[in-house]
Amino acid sequence: MSDPTLKVQLSNGLTVHLKEIHTAPLISHWIWYRVGSRDEPAGLTGVSHWVEHMQFKGTPRYPATVLDRAISREGGMWNAFTYLDWTTYFETLPADKISLALELEADRMVNSLFDPEEVESERTVILAEREGHENEPLFRLGEAVQTASFRVHPYRHEIIGDKEDLRRMTRDDLYRHYRTYYNPNNALIAMAGDFEAEAMLQRLQELYAPLSAVPLPERVAAACVEPPPQGEQQLEVTGPGQTTYIQISYRSPAAAHPDFATFTIIDSLLTGPSSLNMFGGGGISNKTSRLYRALVDRELAVSVGGSLQATLDPFLYDTIITVHPQRTPQETLAAYDAQIRRLQEEWVSSDEIARAIKQARALFAYGSENITNQAFWLGYAEMFASYDWFTGYLENLSRVTPDEIMRVAQTAFLAQNRVVGVYLPDRSDGGGKEP
Amino acid sequence: MNDSNYFRLVPGPDDTLRETLPNGITVLARHNPESLSVVVSGYLTAGSLFDPLDRLGLAHFTALSLMRGTWQHDFQAIYDTLESAGASLGYAASVHHVGFGGRALAEDLPLLLSLLAETLRSPVFPAEEIERLRAQLLTGLAIRDQDTADRAEMAFEEIIFPGHPYGRPTDGTQESVANITRDEIEDFHRRCYGPNGMVIVVVGAVEEKEALDMVVNALGDWKHPAQATPPPLPELRPLENPVRRHIFLPGKVQTDLIMGCLGPGRTSPDYLAASLGNDILGQFGMMGRIGEVVREQEGLAYDASASLNGWIAGGSWEISAGVHPEHLERAIDLILKEVRRFIAEPVTPEELADSQASYIGRLPLTLESNAGVAHALLKLERFQLGLDYYRKYPGMVKSVTPEQILEVARRYLQPEHFAIVSAGPALE
Repeated sequence: MSDPTLKVQLSNGLTVHLKEIHTAPLISHWIWYRVGSRDEPAGLTGVSHWVEHMQFKGTPRYPATVLDRAISREGGMWNAFTYLDWTTYFETLPADKISLALELEADRMVNSLFDPEEVESERTVILAEREGHENEPLFRLGEAVQTASFRVHPYRHEIIGDKEDLRRMTRDDLYRHYRTYYNPNNALIAMAGDFEAEAMLQRLQELYAPLSAVPLPERVAAACVEPPPQGEQQLEVTGPGQTTYIQISYRSPAAAHPDFATFTIIDSLLTGPSSLNMFGGGGISNKTSRLYRALVDRELAVSVGGSLQATLDPFLYDTIITVHPQRTPQETLAAYDAQIRRLQEEWVSSDEIARAIKQARALFAYGSENITNQAFWLGYAEMFASYDWFTGYLENLSRVTPDEIMRVAQTAFLAQNRVVGVYLPDRSDGGGKEP
Repeated sequence: MNDSNYFRLVPGPDDTLRETLPNGITVLARHNPESLSVVVSGYLTAGSLFDPLDRLGLAHFTALSLMRGTWQHDFQAIYDTLESAGASLGYAASVHHVGFGGRALAEDLPLLLSLLAETLRSPVFPAEEIERLRAQLLTGLAIRDQDTADRAEMAFEEIIFPGHPYGRPTDGTQESVANITRDEIEDFHRRCYGPNGMVIVVVGAVEEKEALDMVVNALGDWKHPAQATPPPLPELRPLENPVRRHIFLPGKVQTDLIMGCLGPGRTSPDYLAASLGNDILGQFGMMGRIGEVVREQEGLAYDASASLNGWIAGGSWEISAGVHPEHLERAIDLILKEVRRFIAEPVTPEELADSQASYIGRLPLTLESNAGVAHALLKLERFQLGLDYYRKYPGMVKSVTPEQILEVARRYLQPEHFAIVSAGPALE
């Protein structure tokens, strides 16, 4: 991660990060907007994600079908993601075809149509996307736990939004959100691949010069100060199936907080390493992690996994357990709690920390083979901290000490900071037969 | 992209090592000097086509049991070695093969190959570990049995591949997996696992010759003269009548729909024309013509696409969508209408040119990582396409005509004989 990166801010506020990588004749281009579900007021949940969908519906210059066809026929890959704090769009193309991506992103930063008929047709597409999620027990449980975890902060709702909001939202709501947040001073362009950085910067300057900075409103999240959790919450979700799941979600620090690296090591010790790779790289299994040994090897669970999200504001550190069919969720949770107590009472060996760091190093090596992933890394950390957060990631992990781990375990991993959700199957079984 | 760039990226006979060892293992290797890591992948001829009918899932259960303990190391020791190095290794069964895949930092390649050889050659299947794994598999099957997409796909395959291993679940059923014994797993391993027909690919930060030497060192002396040969497969026949089936899963919100029929196998001369045709029908851009009608125009589904699955002995051609139950019939009608149009008139030259350009243009993207190259090399071997396949590929793609696509589409896609399967809430 020592490769030089050109970092520039244009006069209209647009940030540009460029990194030359000449291993393959490919370029990956990402544009990041500092807007996500964190910026959604009550009644407009899901608006950021829906705006992302509308960005594929065309501008006067690039009607929807033209865009899609032009990128696909070059063998390119393009997509977009909406998250809690950000929305991002990317194109990876043969190097000699990248102009298309540059021009289309500059164009749709301000010129998307939001045609009312397209808005209506997309409404049912997004409801179908949500209903696909609702078929999954873990979505239902996750949504319930997330909502219970926050009283006022917009992190309390799912990125896709509440169904009722999705039914009611208007074209003007969507367009207003778009025009408020899609501006050069709220955006970052990150590119990696087979180009000359200075020439690329000049091209970007030409494309974005006509766009001016626009004042940004006060963020919804800034007005919704989340009080500290007031005690452990427990909830149950009942639904179809034969399998019981537990989700335990502790309040986790913001990514920029000094304790975030310690949380990362704790996550690795408890449930195995996870990576910052969005594309490629694969994972490392977690069969020697503490919770796998305590829960799966001892037949209290059939699987366990953890997830720590890097976010602007404090979010959640989740552990998801699939309970063994012969066990109760109470037995499984008791064994989980014993492992949390162990972290609070016994020092972790420095060997265990060193191992977590070697795993993180390997995951970086796997992810670096992929240009799309390299470009993703260039922008990602800027959305919740800074690029230095990414370049200093391994070093920050290597500074974590056994003392730090014990301190964080004793102060953050308290029952009062968590929500425990249990998905209880109703054991209904259609038997696959016609009713 | 100019030709020299294309040839630099795309594997061919001049930069890929391929050698078959005396014991029957074929080794493929390609060096990637830019990489810090290596990928090892491959397969053995020990797939689910060996499964007895009352023991479906036996090949899969056996494959997953390999990592549960060997003569040399127990389960935790195996994973401690792997995970401490930031490496990974795993097995999974398909109908014809048991596949394996692993990756490691370059310095840990010997460790990875040694664990591969050990788990293949000397697993001990500890009874306690087998029971632990069984509970995990049964839970996985219980989850699968509640999944609308999985249930629709299983029923679809059962209908279009009757009496054929392609129509049976590789991971078995809750009943069959509950009945498989440890002795049956041990016996399956003894009969079916051996070097004959095994393929291993090494791609990444290691010179080809060095990779070959390491494979020879780990597996060159493996012998199994009595290794079982795969049983003959029954012939596949198109459906003579349409089949409509709905699987009711209470408590679900969305219905998953799959409709289609048999398709060409991967080695059939029809495959490439069918594949380009399928791209136009339901893949290109936002899921081709199907996506355009079902998602973009009518807003009925988030996912609506066509897929052509070409395997060794045949394949399937299917169209799938996830829809609200009240839109189900409308989606089926729209899809049938698109299929009828697809077999009534040739695709336009513009549509074909788009798909051809896309097929050729995306090759470098699929080959940029070690895993991508390893996957591509395995495909060459699995379907006997030849080491020069990717070099010839642009020419082959460009030679397909609209008339060829129409002819192939008409031969396979007969909507009046489609299997149409849905899974989800009760029919309205």
